[in-house]
Amino acid sequence: MRRLTPYLLALPSWMWLAIFLVVPMVAMASVSLQTGNAIDGFAMTFSFSNYSDALGRYSTQLVRSLFYGGMATVAMLVIGYPVAYWIAFKGGRRKSMYLFLILLPFFVSFVLRTISWNFLLADNGILFGTLKGWGLLPDDFHVLATTVAVVGGLTYNFLPFMILPIYVSLERVDPRVVEAAQDLYATRVGAFRRVVLPLSLPGVFAGVLMTFVPATADPINAAILGGTANTMIGNIIQTEYLTNLNYPTASALSFTLMAVLLVGIFIYARALGTENVLEAAAR
Amino acid sequence: MSARTRLGDKLLHAYTWLVIVWLSSPIAVMILFGFNDKKSKSNTTWQGFTLRWYTELFDISDLTVALRNSLVIAAVSTIITVVIGTMLGLALGRHRFRGKGVTNFLVFAAISTPELVMGASLLSLFVSGNVPRDANTIIISHVLFSLSFVVVTVRARVVTLDPSLEEAARDLGATAWGTFRQVTLPSIMPGVLAGAMLSFALSIDDYVVTSFVNGSTVTFPLWIVGAVKTGIPPQVNVMGTLIFGIGVLIAIGNAVAARRRT
Amino acid sequence: MNPRLHTRRDAFRIAGFSAAGLALAACGVQGQKAAPPKADAVQDFWSKQTKHGKVVFANWPEYMPEDQAPLKAFQQATGISYEYKEVIQENAEFFGKADPVLRAGQSLGYDIVVMTNGIQLQHMIELGYCVPLDHSKLPNFAANAGQKYKERSYDPGNKYTIPYTSGVTGIAYNTKYVKEDITSIQALFDPKYKGRVGMMADAQEIGNFGMFALGIDPEKSTEADWRKAGDKLKEQRDAGIVRKYYDQSYIDAVSKGDVWLTMAWSGDVFQRQLAGEPVKFVVPDEGGTIWTDNMLIPKGAANPVDALMLMDYLYQPAVAAELDEFIQYVTPVPAVQDLLREKAATAKGEDKKALEDMVNSPPMFPTEADYAKLRGYTPLTNQTQQVFNPIFQSITQA
Repeated sequence: MRRLTPYLLALPSWMWLAIFLVVPMVAMASVSLQTGNAIDGFAMTFSFSNYSDALGRYSTQLVRSLFYGGMATVAMLVIGYPVAYWIAFKGGRRKSMYLFLILLPFFVSFVLRTISWNFLLADNGILFGTLKGWGLLPDDFHVLATTVAVVGGLTYNFLPFMILPIYVSLERVDPRVVEAAQDLYATRVGAFRRVVLPLSLPGVFAGVLMTFVPATADPINAAILGGTANTMIGNIIQTEYLTNLNYPTASALSFTLMAVLLVGIFIYARALGTENVLEAAAR
Repeated sequence: MSARTRLGDKLLHAYTWLVIVWLSSPIAVMILFGFNDKKSKSNTTWQGFTLRWYTELFDISDLTVALRNSLVIAAVSTIITVVIGTMLGLALGRHRFRGKGVTNFLVFAAISTPELVMGASLLSLFVSGNVPRDANTIIISHVLFSLSFVVVTVRARVVTLDPSLEEAARDLGATAWGTFRQVTLPSIMPGVLAGAMLSFALSIDDYVVTSFVNGSTVTFPLWIVGAVKTGIPPQVNVMGTLIFGIGVLIAIGNAVAARRRT
Repeated sequence: MNPRLHTRRDAFRIAGFSAAGLALAACGVQGQKAAPPKADAVQDFWSKQTKHGKVVFANWPEYMPEDQAPLKAFQQATGISYEYKEVIQENAEFFGKADPVLRAGQSLGYDIVVMTNGIQLQHMIELGYCVPLDHSKLPNFAANAGQKYKERSYDPGNKYTIPYTSGVTGIAYNTKYVKEDITSIQALFDPKYKGRVGMMADAQEIGNFGMFALGIDPEKSTEADWRKAGDKLKEQRDAGIVRKYYDQSYIDAVSKGDVWLTMAWSGDVFQRQLAGEPVKFVVPDEGGTIWTDNMLIPKGAANPVDALMLMDYLYQPAVAAELDEFIQYVTPVPAVQDLLREKAATAKGEDKKALEDMVNSPPMFPTEADYAKLRGYTPLTNQTQQVFNPIFQSITQA
């Protein structure tokens, strides 16, 4: 029975993933090697050149996406870790309240959040308009339609997905252990580096996985907050799929993106170097 | 505790609230415009105060239905996701088994598949299986894209746990189920809760995947995205405000209850 | 909503999925180019259909008064009950959802669908996804539709579609920041508005404007013309004149002053003017684009006869006037202008002002001179769109 336990635990998810993820992925892999068009139909020709063509045309956007996703992830880690730390160790009985408050804005539709941001960040709006009125900003200063806005938007929209898993693994750490470590290593920083940080690494790994990967593939922030040179790979996939009805290129791009992200996560896990993390990524 | 650490704690406390305020700042605008006495269809410039939209909250019946659909779908898909996701998270974090590598890959793949591609392939799947698209297919899809988030969060908790506690419980004669309920579940609970919250937020906020598999069922985000074309009615702001308000009340109630218990 | 339990049959279907998916993977996606309908084929189809007493209408949001009065009146008059669904938000997205369903020969569950003339509508027609219309059952359309709405290059002879409403793409500008009267399309290319110009991301919309700027008629354009227009637009982007390639969000941007002037749809601007925002709409001298949202009956629709009756009902001038007063785009029924003028004469106060504004608004009722400047989208085939799209997408999605 003990031997069967993991299989029984995994079984429902396996079935779900096998039917609703693996089958479509196999179909998608097939489509990515076909040629043709939406009207006359597509036929399997094993044209691996779909991949090289797509990559050749859209390498700029792919590299840009990885760069934006990476920058946003670093920003989330820097912003989110202290929050997770404080809630885990000092949140007391109100821990779950804080977590809930962090997630609450995400229960309200992204469209409303976006419209609000566009209002707040308008060139002559409540924030920048006032500052410009005081002469603190030049007249043509703007945040919308820039790289900063896109990376900022990604950071904003995925931050809870960084904070929560880090909290989850930190919450496990006994505060007395931290205090003892502080006595032992004499400084807070020393105690943090030697005791707290290593214990939180599974959470950090989970957080990075849950933010870097979707942020890199995200089309929404670039579409809404970006300017003329902020197109990400997610936008391209969307256009190829919906507007051009070029299913092979869209599928090839999706797989390429997935492969690149997998490699990225693997390298990152290597660099992080904990056994759990490596196991999680490599197996 | 030294004065320096206490100052550090205070700063961190203030910082945490600062982040919460940042995350909630667009909500303030949304609440404000729920009171906007707008004259035209667009609701983006302030034109005076009114309570009209609160009294006319349920006047747009499609919108009310859409919100109810979203809440039911989010609740059902969260329950399913949390149950099966926690099980898989436990298996991945605790056990060694055949197919673990493939499973880890699939969990990764579900996160990295662009939403659009996931939505379109699910639609093809449902069509070729001749399954009618309705609330059920939305729930199936929401479980699919939330699953990985629950699995990864729960696994992050499980790998920090010491398995010896469970072994001790079993040695003391507890049944497998008893051990799970008395020992394992309480210790992974923060991860399960965090996963549940993420899953609920993902579901109630989803637009892209839902738009493919919804058939004729309309959810809250779907309705709003549609209305953007010609202006979102302030009732949407009011509903958003109420969702947010109820959430805040729950959070406060939770905090008060926690204080009473001790 | 009432989530039904999966029946046993559903469970079998799900089990059958894997096989189905693999089969799909193996054989690829089959195209099914439609043969043009023969006249007797139209007769054959319609002679077999009967009225069912219900109709499902899928439309864009806010394209029908909130009280659905025109539909209620239709129900009263004909005894046909209706379901009205605001489920279409994007042509591309709607087509992306509809394609696999229609391809599999299944029904969308809608009897009337509204789509803009453009690549997706053309695909709907080419793939045989539309039921050919029986014009003997469309007397109001024949009597009341403007001549221009009966001669449209994308669906000659209204074989498959009749217009729901039209709109014009021109230039909107914020009068707080732009102190001159904009009349020429060259303003969008003027370096003095560097970083303050909005262009549309849609390939056909921006393509048309690139061609207008060069004096090319997009309806008669060639591949060489597209490339010239592409170069012109690329220059405009590289000079930093364009702030962003917008979807519908341009309207907020221009009314807030994030952009000072932008490509714009008439109805959007008109609504903002009514709200007292400092925006103005012009059709540039060089030309503007006229587009049309069209009603069609998708293949597999359950109630085509009832659908046709509703489509025709909406062409009664009084009904069209009621709709247009709410939608505020260009109605295909010219008689509406006089009806609204009469209504304005008897109305009072704010209503009167609003109605008068509508009646005298060129974006709602273009004059003959306005129409002379208006052109449709560049007509594209399945082959040519594969050339056309990349030219402009490489600019808007750099």
